[in-house]
Amino acid sequence: MNIVVCVKHVPDAQSDRTFDAADNTTEREAVDGLLSELDEYAVEEALKIKEAAGDDTTVTILTMGPAKAADAVKKSLQMGADAGVHVSDDALAGSDSIATSLVLAKAVEKIGGVDLVLTGMASTDGTMSVVPAMLAERLGLPQVTFASELTLDGSTVTIRRDGDVATEVVRASLPAVVSVTDQINEPRYPSFKGIMAAKKKPVQTFSLADLGVDASEVGLDAAWTKVTQITQRPPRQQGLVVTDDGNGGAVLAQFLTMQKFV
Amino acid sequence: MPVDRLLPTADAHDLIDLTREICDDRLRPVVDDAEAQARFPREIFDLLGRSGLLTLAYPEDIGGGGQDYEVYLQVLEEIASAWMSVAVGVSVHSLTCNPVVAFGTAAQRDRLLPSMLGGATLGAYCLSEPTAGSDVAGISTRAIRDGEEYRLRGTKAWISHAGHADFYTVFARTSDDGGRGLSCFHVPADAPGLVFAAPERKMGLDSDTVGQVIFEDVRVPADDRIGAEGQGMGIALSALDAGRLGIAAAATGLAQAALDVAVRYANEREQFGRRIGEFQGLAFLLADMEAAVASARATYLHAARLKDAGRSVGRQASVAKLVCTDAAMRVTTDAVQVLGGAGYTKDFPVERYMREAKVTQIFEGTNQIQRLVISRDLLRG
Ligand SMILES: Cc1cc2nc3c(=O)[nH]c(=O)nc-3n(C[C@H](O)[C@H](O)[C@H](O)COP(=O)(O)OP(=O)(O)OC[C@H]3O[C@@H](n4cnc5c(N)ncnc54)[C@H](O)[C@@H]3O)c2cc1C
Repeated sequence: MNIVVCVKHVPDAQSDRTFDAADNTTEREAVDGLLSELDEYAVEEALKIKEAAGDDTTVTILTMGPAKAADAVKKSLQMGADAGVHVSDDALAGSDSIATSLVLAKAVEKIGGVDLVLTGMASTDGTMSVVPAMLAERLGLPQVTFASELTLDGSTVTIRRDGDVATEVVRASLPAVVSVTDQINEPRYPSFKGIMAAKKKPVQTFSLADLGVDASEVGLDAAWTKVTQITQRPPRQQGLVVTDDGNGGAVLAQFLTMQKFV
Repeated sequence: MPVDRLLPTADAHDLIDLTREICDDRLRPVVDDAEAQARFPREIFDLLGRSGLLTLAYPEDIGGGGQDYEVYLQVLEEIASAWMSVAVGVSVHSLTCNPVVAFGTAAQRDRLLPSMLGGATLGAYCLSEPTAGSDVAGISTRAIRDGEEYRLRGTKAWISHAGHADFYTVFARTSDDGGRGLSCFHVPADAPGLVFAAPERKMGLDSDTVGQVIFEDVRVPADDRIGAEGQGMGIALSALDAGRLGIAAAATGLAQAALDVAVRYANEREQFGRRIGEFQGLAFLLADMEAAVASARATYLHAARLKDAGRSVGRQASVAKLVCTDAAMRVTTDAVQVLGGAGYTKDFPVERYMREAKVTQIFEGTNQIQRLVISRDLLRG
């Protein structure tokens, strides 16, 4: 079977993340990036399916993003995926979820013969969670989202979705789009052999023209919503210092009550 | 700040990145607790094995990583900066594989190397004895030939991974002919008669379980003797450089870790209304620490590059072991000084680093023995 995993290259949460002052988009060029941690679960799940199948199942990694996003593909290949597709085009900068889903859908169609599309539950930078659903809609495929467990059975996929009030078991026919949560598995580290092997794996790069997408449909200008203003979160306030001049205990108790800790 | 490394290949950079990721995610979060409880972190060795980091310096065609010493040792340094006991364990495991790799028959290599180099098993290196430490030729553990078997009798001391290893690479006496009477054996952990004493209660390196391994008439098939009878000393000596360079690199990583903590602290702690790093008396201490770490790294890397080029590196390996471990002792001691009273508490890692540094001057040949090797080599001309 053919599995496509959609992954995103995101700014490293460990480093200082900033916004581009000119257009209020996330700064992607100047900061260190990495494969979105939430997407590692999707890659791992695809690899587990491949290993369990033991047949000629292939795992193709699909990403859309600037040149640096190739690192997210590389990391996935090092973990064990078979091939990569990187959609990169200057016109894509600033694309919203709608444009992203359009481009990913075109790429999935171009890859062709896909039985299962896996994604993370959200990106760790945008955290919109909507791309999987939009992608399924564009592909005309069933969408089963937020899978915390996944089983394949011939022509169907069954997932468990843990909600706040109920746990649902959802089944869909293949091909389907499935987004997975961070509960589904424990992503592996690449092995050194995997790192070496990844160099020999095919990675195709597509432009918008390759996918037959018009530049006017994507990018900042085509976005349905616009971020008009961004304010940096204020630094954390300094805590309250209680000087104990005899009634420290009472002040502490009062503070805890006010904060509803007791 | 991560150490700025010059590496020969793009693969090597990826390898260092992988090592750092694993160290940050899986070693640093658990090292304090594991060391405090003297817990042997078998799961960490399994992870390193799966990731291909346990046998990097062995050729790829037999299951290793095919990396130069220049690269393998820098990986080891990175691991040591996160968890010294684990780095020592990696170096020890690497050592245990050498006899089969370098002296095994084709059949032995086919039979033993896949699991030894495959990352799923861990070895222990049984050379030292209660009465034979620096003086290896004084080994008294016996291997008595009995038909198609040997019977091993005696006590090995200070054995890292004792009771946790899957196999034991053992040096034992097959004749009374001093250094020429030693032979090397491969003994699986489940061999009947293999007994483990209670672990030593050490000054540090607590997660490296070290203890006596007692051979109570352990039967070893003659097929599991590695090399010829009497070749044991030569086999042990052949891996000396590798082991010494491993400890040199690990000591450098330990020193780097101590320096990093000290610099951070000096930038934060204030006395007399200023950050203590602004006092020249303290800043110069940090400068000397950096100079010690940087020169230690340069020294082991020089030896590694000579080794990679196929030169004989006996003297340089001893110089590296001596320089790096003495640097580690000084830098970790100074790091405690930089942190003042805090450095002397277990709330900060530097007191542990200082205790860990001490052993690097002792094992893999004490630093007196390194001076002996260096001076003899010099005077031989
Ligand atoms: C934590 C730890 C882990 C270890 N792991 C292993 C292991 O996995 N496998 C293994 O086989 N061994 C292991 N060892 C043993 C280690 O290699 C020995 O401790 C070391 O070789 C020194 O031997 P010794 O302790 O008997 O000291 P001794 O040889 O008794 O030395 C005592 C002192 O005398 C000095 N000395 C001895 N001979 C001379 C000389 N000719 N000239 C000048 N000074 C001299 C030494 O430098 C030292 O200061 C380990 C030791 C420790 C502490």
